[in-house]
Amino acid sequence: MLARSAAVFRKDVTCEFRTRYAVNAILLFAVTTLVAVSFAVGGVGVSQSVQASLLWIIIYFSGMSGLARAFVREEEARTATALRLAAAPGAVFGGKLLFNLALVGALEVIVVPLFVGMMDVRVEGWPLFLVILAVGSAGLAVSSTMVAAIVSRANVKGALFAVLSLPLLLPVLIGGIRGTQAALSSAVFGAGMEWVKLLVAYTGIMFVLSLLLFRFIWED
Amino acid sequence: MALKLLLGVWMAAVVVAAFLYAPAAEGFRQSRIIFFHVPNAMVAVVAFIVAMIYAVQYLRGKRLVDDAKSAISAELGLLFAVLATVTGLVFARVEWGSWWNWDARESSILMLLLVYAAYFALRAAVDGAERRAALSAVYAIAAIAPMVLFTFVVSAQMSELHPKGTLIGRHALRQEYRVVLYSAMAGFLGLYLWLFRTRTALAEVRMKLRRY
Repeated sequence: MLARSAAVFRKDVTCEFRTRYAVNAILLFAVTTLVAVSFAVGGVGVSQSVQASLLWIIIYFSGMSGLARAFVREEEARTATALRLAAAPGAVFGGKLLFNLALVGALEVIVVPLFVGMMDVRVEGWPLFLVILAVGSAGLAVSSTMVAAIVSRANVKGALFAVLSLPLLLPVLIGGIRGTQAALSSAVFGAGMEWVKLLVAYTGIMFVLSLLLFRFIWED
Repeated sequence: MALKLLLGVWMAAVVVAAFLYAPAAEGFRQSRIIFFHVPNAMVAVVAFIVAMIYAVQYLRGKRLVDDAKSAISAELGLLFAVLATVTGLVFARVEWGSWWNWDARESSILMLLLVYAAYFALRAAVDGAERRAALSAVYAIAAIAPMVLFTFVVSAQMSELHPKGTLIGRHALRQEYRVVLYSAMAGFLGLYLWLFRTRTALAEVRMKLRRY
């Protein structure tokens, strides 16, 4: 199962590097938003809670611009049927999830250092900050992969992705924002422990639910 | 028909009792809002859980009737959640001076409204009854995770304005309040069941007509 997921993942990465559509969309969107935000408030010096919210808003909307791609591409290129024949639903879901995890990871590797630099962010607790980002982006990738699968089967694809993702991602956003606030203001890891727990629990629930339900989205 | 009549009389009695039988409010912990606000919120949660159960039923049996029931229950849940929000708004204005205070429970119900509003956006966006049924069933099941999180974890743990322990506990409520509250709960639950049955009957007739 893992090996097959890895195969789907490799296929997606190869396809992605032919056009670089998702990577370009996500990273350019993120950098543009980041520049706009720091132009607006970078010099003013905003409070830590505003910084934490802005960071997660940038991550969320950048993700929304490209994370649906993994499934929408299969429908647009009419390769979905071939993929359905070639791999079990679980392997397809695993591969797409890995692909989206990689995308969110790449997004954060670029956006977070830029954000910290341009917005003049002081992070008191780096370990907590990094853990929150890691678990939060896993949650983002898990929930949005399932929603992407749903959206790719619907008739209206563009706007629906953000509309459907937001409710399922709200717990992730709330946990991410509050946990980041805790990491910015306190050097103690335990300060944000409840948010780490919330993110881990919610990501776990969504992962199991997606794995169980994916079959019904994927197969007609 | 009998159920409808009984329900009408029962709800009328609950409304009369709420204002005449239950004694006047004593501070915040006992005020008449609980007869309408609390049952509405409770029925909304029940309706969302029923929507999830019928979604599971649909995925197991692929009968379109189950999909219709799931959608009807989600719709009624949304209706009752809106009613709970509106009664809460009016009460917040009187009790705390502003319509909206970003209390944990208030934020939670807002999230809940968003979750199930998106459900209907999804239903509207898919053509083909089977595909719509499958996709919205998956969403209705997945939506239970944020629903449970917001209603039972966030709001119960972090609410600052809403009272805790008002409803449960031996000396939490006066006798009169308890009687009226439980009757109101039964009444609103009956209202939900009646609406659900009526709407289901309508959906079944529609399905039969479409076949001819």
